[in-house]
Amino acid sequence: MPHTPPAVDDILTALVERFGPVESSVYRGQTRVVIAAEPAFEAFSLLHSRGFDLLVDVSCVDYLEYKGAKQRYGLVYLLANTATNQRLTVRVFVDDPEPAVPSVVPLWEGANWLEREVWDLFGIRFEGHPDLRRLVMPEEFTAHPLRKDYPLQGRGERHNFPVITRDHS
Amino acid sequence: MAVDNGPKLELPENVFVSKLDELASWCRKNSLWPMPFATACCGIELMATGAAKHDLARFGAEVFRFSPRQCDLMIVAGRVVMKMLPVLQRIWQQMHEPKWCISMGACASTGGVFDTYAVVQGIDRFIPVDMYVPGCPPRPEQLIQAIIDLQDKIQREGTITGREFDTAGRQARKRALVEIASPLSLDASRNPVLQRELAAAAEPAVRS
Repeated sequence: MPHTPPAVDDILTALVERFGPVESSVYRGQTRVVIAAEPAFEAFSLLHSRGFDLLVDVSCVDYLEYKGAKQRYGLVYLLANTATNQRLTVRVFVDDPEPAVPSVVPLWEGANWLEREVWDLFGIRFEGHPDLRRLVMPEEFTAHPLRKDYPLQGRGERHNFPVITRDHS
Repeated sequence: MAVDNGPKLELPENVFVSKLDELASWCRKNSLWPMPFATACCGIELMATGAAKHDLARFGAEVFRFSPRQCDLMIVAGRVVMKMLPVLQRIWQQMHEPKWCISMGACASTGGVFDTYAVVQGIDRFIPVDMYVPGCPPRPEQLIQAIIDLQDKIQREGTITGREFDTAGRQARKRALVEIASPLSLDASRNPVLQRELAAAAEPAVRS
């Protein structure tokens, strides 16, 4: 039998009290809430102080040419409260040019590499991140390859290496 | 009219006459030390090839070493991503002569199904390859066949001085590079920076 996490109504009430009406929805017992980019850090601080002590994942979706999308990038934060087993999905939408959100590393140490990965693959800048370097792509890589306008076969980076022949080795 | 070929040398039955080149190649081909550069599922088949059932020891190539300094056969088993390629090239350069390379499986040889920005489309674009093994992944028998074919190649082309690789010529060129005066040289007679530092170290230290 699928496990449904406990409701997070008290958290939603606290968010509405602090930031006004927020967009939220429930799918199969899991709550999703949209937070604007400007007060995002404040909102995450509130969630952290209300017991969401575990940041499960930070991810991103590129909604380029997506029907009905208002902003291009949708960040996904999966939060969990290990005491009450509550779970919450937080969406933060940002747009070109220079998409940026505040870093949540001061709240959850585990966000460090998660945010580096999102920066690497989507080019979302995390303001205040202590060490915003590429995580999976090589340091000399210049593009953000999971953006929808980046060609699947790349721009020749995979062929841009010196050739070692029998003469060189 | 009989031709006099001089005195005939009688050899005992257990003595063979061969060329030194062939003797060296025979020793080399039966004692290949593979460097397993295994990055994906081909690596599992590579391990199976070395394990009891397929027993690569029957062909004298069972001594897998994880240091390139001890190996003479690099087996690239699996896809190589662009972040890994400089590592692959460096390991290849660290291996001692004479050395050979087997590109195992579709990914190492061509990129396979991974036609994306991150995956190198065939390692032979960037390092020399002697044998290609098709398959996704190849069965251990196929890898063994490649090693047998490589042994034939070594026996056919190998020379004791490495003439087939022009080893002597390349060593001479490398040595010429080392003999240039360089701040990176560890030989003080060729390194002006090191000379200055050694002279400074020889003087008695002044404490203030």
